[in-house]
Amino acid sequence: MRTLPTEPPSSEITPEGLYLRRREFIKNAVLGVGTAAVFGSGLVWLVGQRPPPDAPDQPPLGEAAAVAAEPTAPGQYDTDEPMNTYQAVTTYNNFYEFGADYALPSRNAHTLQTRPWTISVEGEVARPQTIDIDTILGWFTPEQRVYRMRCVEAWSMVIPWLGIPLASLIKRLEPTGNAKFIEFTTLLDPKQMPGQNDPILKWPYVEGLRMDEAMHPLALIAVGLYGKVLPNQNGAPLRLVVPWKYGFKGVKSIVKIRFTETQPQTTWALAAPREYGFYANVNPAVDHPRWSQATERRIGDFTRRKTLPFNGYADQVASLYADMDLRRNF
Amino acid sequence: MSRGAPLPWLKPGLFVGALAPLVVMVVEAVQGTMGANPVAEVENVLGLAALVLLMASLACTPARRLFGWTWPARIRRLLGLFAFFYVSLHFLVYLLVDQSLDAGRIVEDIVKRPFITVGFAALVLLLPLALTSTTASIRRLGYRRWTLLHQLAYVAGVLAVIHFFWRVKIDVSQPLVYAGVLSALLLVRLAFWLAKRARAGHPLAEGVAGRSRRIGA
Repeated sequence: MRTLPTEPPSSEITPEGLYLRRREFIKNAVLGVGTAAVFGSGLVWLVGQRPPPDAPDQPPLGEAAAVAAEPTAPGQYDTDEPMNTYQAVTTYNNFYEFGADYALPSRNAHTLQTRPWTISVEGEVARPQTIDIDTILGWFTPEQRVYRMRCVEAWSMVIPWLGIPLASLIKRLEPTGNAKFIEFTTLLDPKQMPGQNDPILKWPYVEGLRMDEAMHPLALIAVGLYGKVLPNQNGAPLRLVVPWKYGFKGVKSIVKIRFTETQPQTTWALAAPREYGFYANVNPAVDHPRWSQATERRIGDFTRRKTLPFNGYADQVASLYADMDLRRNF
Repeated sequence: MSRGAPLPWLKPGLFVGALAPLVVMVVEAVQGTMGANPVAEVENVLGLAALVLLMASLACTPARRLFGWTWPARIRRLLGLFAFFYVSLHFLVYLLVDQSLDAGRIVEDIVKRPFITVGFAALVLLLPLALTSTTASIRRLGYRRWTLLHQLAYVAGVLAVIHFFWRVKIDVSQPLVYAGVLSALLLVRLAFWLAKRARAGHPLAEGVAGRSRRIGA
């Protein structure tokens, strides 16, 4: 005869009420955790918290890399301030052709094809021509210049560029006596530069300099940084660097150089003429209409520092503007 | 089964979720993965979190009216207080880190820069709302006056969106999204207000009716 298993003593039986509450507790816990997860991740997504992009793996730039690697004393144009990291220089960029936020160019600029690449030389020149980028690179050995860069949005960096003095390039291009200005144009190709599908600016990007500014020894055509080939997000294969002006003057991925008699219509000055001028010299005394230019945050610092007139290059360049009202010509 | 408060998991879940941006920020700070300009990143994240939560709190009443749900009314205070929490942190980082407590520069910013003026005004408007967020305050002020005061949240929302517009260099696509959400919420409220007015006939008539009833009583 089989005996039924003995029932547990009644003291061990969970009261029905508690049993039901336990189920309800688990249900509520699951729903609570689920709510927290959905609401929390939604918030994190909406406020744009994403892991930062990785620095690009760029090849060294020929002989220039060896020059850059040599620990020599700073040259006459170099600042001896600590340089920003390669990671910061290559992942914090303003390059609206690849998106209007600092992390976007380093994520998106892989679509840019920098070979084959030609630069069309037009306007007031002895011989209008189209030159291959490698021809230009063959003419000069890039030199390292450690410059401060001050963005109009009140941050700054110190960057070891590799570049060609703009004056040397201009001499090779033989502008005529009528050339009073030089105009640079970025590539226009929304397939390679998806940001150009968004009409926030008038594409292609155009920037320019007065000829005496362009001939100044500080003005540089950069083809690399940190001893490496210029990453796409920094304006490959060649870009302008004018360290005493706000960063937006540094037109990137140049395909056209035009010498003109009249002042070029530049992109930001067209987009917001009250906010951005043609000259755009760094000037702590002239505020942007919406924010102060008196101070800046050096990337890597927590506190702000004072912005210097002409970004600290006043001794070299102030004479270019001796007779000008820099409040009006901002 | 309906023991205790209905949906007892809702508020604790939202409370923990609302802390997520802060938790992520702390993890990023410890790991050093906040990008090249962490001060700007922290300010942006805190400001945007405040704006999102303010919009969410403003959506509660329209959602209740549109769909007849009762639960949004119960999370409105939590969302509003978290919006205030984030905007306070946003302002503190601006004061302590961005401007290093330089009183002259801060006053100049608030007075001279409309973008900072409107942001500061939004914060100031939210302060009395946070202070009167308790149930006791509703009782003390009376429901009508309390509701009227808390309509300021919409004004703060408008100012916060303007602050966002004036902050961006040129790409206003994100501020536009928030302006759209805010306009939609205001339109829903306007529609309900118009419908109520139409039901009641002329608003003056409602007032007269109310008074005569009172007299009658």
